[in-house]
Parts: sequence; structure tokens; C-alpha cells
Amino acid sequence: MNNEEPPIFTYSQPGKIGVNLPAAGVETTPLPTELLRQDDLAGFPELTEPEVIRHFTRISQRNYSIDTGFYPLGSCTMKYNPKLHEEAARLPGFAAAHPLQDEELSQGALQLMYELQTYLGEISGFDAVSLQPAAGAQGELTGILVFRAYHLDRGDTQRTEVLVPDSAHGTNPATAAMVGLKVIELKSDARGNVDLADLKAKLSPRTAGMMLTNPNTLGLFEEHIVEICRLVHEAGGLMYGDGANFNAILGIAKPGELGFDFMHYNLHKTFTTPHGGGGPGSGAVGCTAALAPYLPGPRVRRRDDGRYEFFTPEKSIGRMKAFHGNFGMLVRAWTYIRSMGATGLRAVSETAVLNANYVRVMLKDIYPQAIDRICMHEVVLRGQIAGAPKDVRTLDIAKRLIDYGFHPPTIYFPLIVPEALMIEPTETESKQTLDHFIATMRRIAAEAVETPEVLHAAPTKAPVRRLDEVRAARQPILRYDAAAIARLQSE
Amino acid sequence: MTHYIPITDADRREMLKAIGVEQIEDLFIDVPESHRFPPLNLPPALSEPELMAELNRLSELNAHARRYSIFLGAGAYNHFVPAAVDQILRRGEFYTAYTPYQPEISQGTLQAIFEYQSLICALTGMEIANASHYDGATALAESAIMALNVVRNRRKIVVARGVNPQYRAVLRTYLQGLDVEIVGDETPGASIADALAHVDEQTALLIVQNPDFLGRLHDLRGLGAQVQARGALLAIHFDPIALGLFQTPAEAGADIATGEGQPLGLGLAFGGPYLGIFTTRQKYVHKIAGRIVGVTKDVDGRMAYVLTLRAREQDIRRERATSNICTNQGLMALASAVYMSLMGKRGMRMVAEITYQRAHYAAKRIASLPGYRVLADQPFFREFVVQCPRPVAEINAALRAQGIIGGYDLSADEPQLGNAMLIAVTEMNSPAEIDRLVAALAEV
Repeated sequence: MNNEEPPIFTYSQPGKIGVNLPAAGVETTPLPTELLRQDDLAGFPELTEPEVIRHFTRISQRNYSIDTGFYPLGSCTMKYNPKLHEEAARLPGFAAAHPLQDEELSQGALQLMYELQTYLGEISGFDAVSLQPAAGAQGELTGILVFRAYHLDRGDTQRTEVLVPDSAHGTNPATAAMVGLKVIELKSDARGNVDLADLKAKLSPRTAGMMLTNPNTLGLFEEHIVEICRLVHEAGGLMYGDGANFNAILGIAKPGELGFDFMHYNLHKTFTTPHGGGGPGSGAVGCTAALAPYLPGPRVRRRDDGRYEFFTPEKSIGRMKAFHGNFGMLVRAWTYIRSMGATGLRAVSETAVLNANYVRVMLKDIYPQAIDRICMHEVVLRGQIAGAPKDVRTLDIAKRLIDYGFHPPTIYFPLIVPEALMIEPTETESKQTLDHFIATMRRIAAEAVETPEVLHAAPTKAPVRRLDEVRAARQPILRYDAAAIARLQSE
Repeated sequence: MTHYIPITDADRREMLKAIGVEQIEDLFIDVPESHRFPPLNLPPALSEPELMAELNRLSELNAHARRYSIFLGAGAYNHFVPAAVDQILRRGEFYTAYTPYQPEISQGTLQAIFEYQSLICALTGMEIANASHYDGATALAESAIMALNVVRNRRKIVVARGVNPQYRAVLRTYLQGLDVEIVGDETPGASIADALAHVDEQTALLIVQNPDFLGRLHDLRGLGAQVQARGALLAIHFDPIALGLFQTPAEAGADIATGEGQPLGLGLAFGGPYLGIFTTRQKYVHKIAGRIVGVTKDVDGRMAYVLTLRAREQDIRRERATSNICTNQGLMALASAVYMSLMGKRGMRMVAEITYQRAHYAAKRIASLPGYRVLADQPFFREFVVQCPRPVAEINAALRAQGIIGGYDLSADEPQLGNAMLIAVTEMNSPAEIDRLVAALAEV
């Protein structure tokens, strides 16, 4: 894992090729010479297949992954990605079907999409589902565009504000801004809930809606959720549910029944589609019947004759992307739901919450819990260890975990918790793994007191040590440039 | 207990005891009681063999490239995917990793993205590329948002009619809350020159596509200078396979170039996941959306890769971020990097050339059929318009019976062309397959 691997460009030798292509085999048409590119693909490497495979295999080994270890990254739900799903998505009728082929030639794909819409609606308590958004943030954009369209359609033109708690993911305020709406931040109270007095003070005829993650980013179930939804609705606003933490409440509660009007599902979190080193995801969305006419199309419906077809809702905000969504992710999510069933899904959330609470009680005597309550699928602790020097920070604890073979938790988030360590074990980890992690965290706390320099120096066992991030930003090298890299290395 | 949950009953009892509750239900007391533990009406769980059988059944209800000859494109193309690409994608180290926020243990993903950025720059001639968008359509929409931030106090976007109609729709969805005027694509058959005529002192961006939606290649040299002279930016949506042979967006003077990376080894996948390619000039690096990987050193002086210039992103900048994008299409960027590395300089050119030659062979054969007319007054790359003797839907139904998926029916998008079909030909369509298409068209 520690083998350095040079950039692929350094292997290039003129004349090599890594593919075996057919001859054109037809009479030749002259190329329009005035339209040809002038540079002969300068900078493109030339390698054979074995060289390419070895290069990418070697760099893959410089990565941490779920398949190689515990990945308790809070709010990211790094749970096991079942291997069956990878086979499913590669079946030729899914992997090699054209998105615009006739609906009559796509009935299997449409049936799968229709069923997934139905299942997601049932699990969350919503009437309608669109599978089009490509990621959670795009689901948010979809929802806020739908809110805007709904209000305008009713002649309600003054609703220009979106309420967002101070514990929210950054995508929430960024999304509202993309729709041209003003973000109003809400305070959290001492128990980690939305501060009701602050909410009441900020609701107004300008409120388009509120975006809320529940359980929130403190890993806590919002204790006043029904009351919050009632207040927002009374003010004429709509409730957006950020589904990033949905893994906590499958079969435990349905957002649609709690009073949410709209939510996105992160199929790449809750429903096991792989994170892929940063994507692709899928941010399918669900909503109430009142908002369904505004959803992006195409959605899938079942005709009276049992055939499936695409349709676009009558007042649709429009398309969010080309074609029908990240279909390969939909196949995986469908497979997961059919594999787990209702009982299995509830066991997922029960176990995810059990595992998080177990980590919580085993660590909170050393790492103070941000808010001392029973948590849901993740727990937020503070990297403030009694007796340790002040310059031992959460970052040092995280980097030391790497030396012990663990991926660090999410750190410094939510922003309202100083030195936050946000730990989400997920349900796919064994008690042995959790115990090993707990013991390691306790050992690191002891090191923080006794040998803090070890934490500052960490990691020492990863492929590289701490990086000069300031240099990366001040003198950016954003593409392969042999001279710039040589300069960097000679400094 | 399921095969994905490794907690035993004994473990659970021990853990509940440690937590200090009697039963698992006690962990959910914060959920309002009347809403707690709702029944889920889902079909019964299936075992793995049962599931695979059901998945196979659904898969085989679809037409696909292994059973049909595909002459359909319109934004998704049946290009060759070397077997080596999927072998790399199947590595758990890549596909079960998260966004590389901890660079010390994410060097694999970071290096792959850096190489992707570098390959895309070499392919397009552009100076910088980000780590990807959801697809070509959303990359194009983000180009408009970036232009509105770069060119201050201008609220007009001009988009040429030749841009994929689905992409133009996405552009309008994205901008609907931002008080922006989008013009230039209203008139059927409108040209790039017509769009350029709309570029005025209120315009932030002109967007064109090359080859355009109808497959035509345009000589865009000098267009960037013309647009920039009016104080606006130029965005070109390119086709990555065409760039194996033809003019780059940089040669046309583009400020922004976006592309759909699907043809670079991703397969058809019924529309996704695909790959949104975004490139621009170095000077706009602080204005772009999404992630970027750069090179630096660790404390021991070893070369290393890291996400950089992150002060643009939503998790840091919140409502002042350049975009809300978080998750992107990282694994698809990896796939395209493997594809481009395998192809190399020669392979990229060969794929483009085989595609061009076979498309032109098909066009010539079809043009010789009575009742058919090929619109080829301009150079084209992979797709061309055929005016047919009967409605395209009828022709495609007849082709289907012969195991052929015909071209895209243009009657809704470009009704002025009559019974027009957009036919796509790639290196996957053998000469014999093209001959079968021609024979089938002759019969209908």
C-alpha cells in the first residue's frame, strides 16, 4: 500500500496502444481537413493494456475503502455494498440498454423504476416519487424549485426565505441560494433540537419553507418534529426533509407521516449504492400529493393494461438532468429493498442505532458527547480529552486513527460543536470491530496525555503523511506538468 | 439478523445492557409514539438466487446492445468499452471509498482524479478541468451559473438551437429561480450565426454544441474572440470521441467547455450514471463548481495529491458557494481515465476515424435508397439526419422486428424537417450490420 506510483504519463512510449480495434472496413470518405484538430492530441499517454491495469491497480491499493476496513464517517453512511448489486447492475438489459429506446423495448427497466418509486414512497410515507435527481444536493435543488413553483402557482409571490438550522449540511443553504432564495439560519437549543422560540420569531409570510435533517447532524431525533412541521405549515411554508440520515429510521418513522412535504433519499447512503470515491450517487425524491404535479419528469406509471410508461407531471419544474436518473444506482437500491424486505429494513435501522449508542456509552467518559442524549445512527463527540495539552486537537486524533488502521470519523462537523468527532458505525459492523475501535479510541486518548507528539506526527503508517495543503492552493498544479512537478520535488 | 448485519442476539443483549436500556425499542423514545414503528407494506424478502432470477427476468424484458443493432444516439452512444475498464471499476478499493477528504489514505482516488483532469485537459486543449458533474446536461447548466458570476451585472444567456434539447431543458430548470433570460433557441433550424446575433451587452454567455444535436461539425475558429469582444463568455459543449480527430474547444477560443463523458467507456446504462465534464480557463479557477485535485508534498517531501481550492465549495462557503454540488460522478471519471489511458493518442484517433468512416458509409448507402434523403450539406461526425418516406415511428417499429433499434425520431424537436430520423453509427456497428439496416430501410 505504501508503494509510490508515478503519474501514468511517465510510462508513455510512442506507438503503444492498449486496445484492439477493428478496421473501418468500408470505403474511405475524405476527412474535412479544415476541421481537424491541430495538435495531434499532444499530452495524451501511450501505453499497453497490462501497463494500464498495473498502474490503476497499484493506485487503488493506496486507498482506504469499506471493503478493507471500518469507515465510521458520520452523515455519510459508509455501510457495506453488497456484491449481488454489482452483478445486478451489469446485467445486459440494464447496462447495455439505450435510454431513448422505445418504451415497449424497456418494460423491465420501467417496471423496476415503478416498483422502486412505490417502495421508496411506502418507506417514507409519501405519495409520489421521482428518481431523476443524481445526488442528494440535486434532490435538494429539486425540492426547493418545487416549493418555489408551488407558491408561485398559488399566486403566493412573497415567499423568498428558506429556514435552515445552524447544524445543517452546507448543501442546504447553498441550494436555497441557487434558487435565488434568502437563507435564514435557525439556532439549536440546549438539547440539540431546533430552538422553537427562534423558529417562531423567524417564520413569516416570506417563509417559502424549512430544510431539516432528521435525525439531525448531531445524530439526534428532533424532539419537536410534529410541532415544527405544524408551525411551518401554519405560516404557509413547506417542510423539506434532508434524507442524509434516513438510515436511522427505516421502519421506525415515516417522514411523510411526521409532517414533511418533500424529502430526498440518498440511495448511496441508506440503500447501499457504492460511494465510488465521490459518486455517482442518486438523490431520488418523494413528496405529498399536493406537490406531485411539480415533480421533475420523466416519472414512471403503470397503465391499465399492465404496461409501464414514462410521463411528465402537468406542472413539472422540468428536467433535472438528461434521461432518467442514475439508473444503475436504481437497480442496486431496488435489489437491496427486495433483499431486505420490511423486517430486514427495520433491523437495519435498529442495528445502526444500537451500534452508534454502544460506541457512545463506551467513549463518552473520555470524549464528551456534544449533547448527552440517546443518539440515533451516529454520535457526535468532542475531541477534548481531559489532561491532554491544548494543542492536541480532533484533527490529531483523526490522523492517529489512520495509524491504527481505521478511517477517521467526520471531523469539525456539525459546525456548532467545537472539536466535533461525528461517528457513524452503520449496521454492517460486528461487535468485535466496534470493540476494537473503542479500545483504539481509548488508547489514543491515553497517548494524547502521555505522548502527544505521537498524535501530532500521525499518520506515519499511511501511504503519505500530512500534506502541505497551503502549497497546493497557493501554487496550484491541477494537471500533469512534468516541469512543475520536478520543481515541486526539488524544493 | 440478515447476511449483511453481523450483530448476533447475544451481542445485542450485551450492547443493550452496556447502553442501559432493556430493549431495542427503548432507543427510539424520541420518536413521537403515535408515529413510531409504522408497518412497511413491501413485498416479502427474496433470497439471493430468487432475486437474481427476478433481476434476470426484468433485464431480459429490455432490448439491449447484445441482442439488437443500435443506431440510436441523441446524447447516449453505443461505443466500445474495453474489458479492462470494468476490471478496474470492480476494485473495492475504488468503488467502496468515499470522497477523498482524508488525503493520506485516499491517494488512489485522488491520483485517479488528477489523471482524469489531466487527460481531459489534453483532450480538450483547455487549461483546467474539475472532478466532474452529474452529466453533460448539468455541466452545461453549471457553465451558465459560472458565467453569471464571472460576467457581473449581465442576466442573459444565449443558447444555440443546436444544443441537445434535453440539455436546454435542464438549463432552464436550473436557472428558473435566478431572474435570467434564456434566448437564442426558439426558432426551428436556427444556426450558430443566429444565436451569435443575440449576443449583446446584456449577455453573459453563449452556449453552442459541436458536433451539434443533429451531428453536424462546425468550424468555430474565431467564435470565442467574437463573443468576448461583446463582453460575454463562450461555452462549447463538445463530444469527447469527436475530439480524437476534430477541432478542440480551445482552438475555437472557448472560455468554458463541457462534455458528456458517457462515450468514454461508460456504456449505455439506460441513461446513467454518466459523466459531466467541465473545463475552463485557469483564471476562472476560483469561480468553478465542484471538486479539484492538485499536487503537493507531505511533511517528508513525498509527492502527494489533495483536494484543493476548497473555499468555493458548499461545505465551507455554505450559501455563498459557487454551487451546491457535493457528490459527483467520481467512479465514472475513473472509468473514463482508464478508457483514455488504454486508447492513448492512437486509439482515440482510431475510434473517431472508424466512427466517421462507418457513419459516412451508412449515410451514402441510405442516400441511395428511393424515398430517403440524407441531409449532408455540412460535414458530420457520427450522426446524420435522414428524411424518411413514412413517419419515423412506423419505420422504427418495422426495424424492431428485425432486431434493429433505429434512429431518434426528430418529429417533436424539429418538426420542420418532416419525417426525420437522426441515425447514429459507431465503431460497434459493423459494415454487415449497416448493410442490414440499409436493407431493412429499403423494405419498409
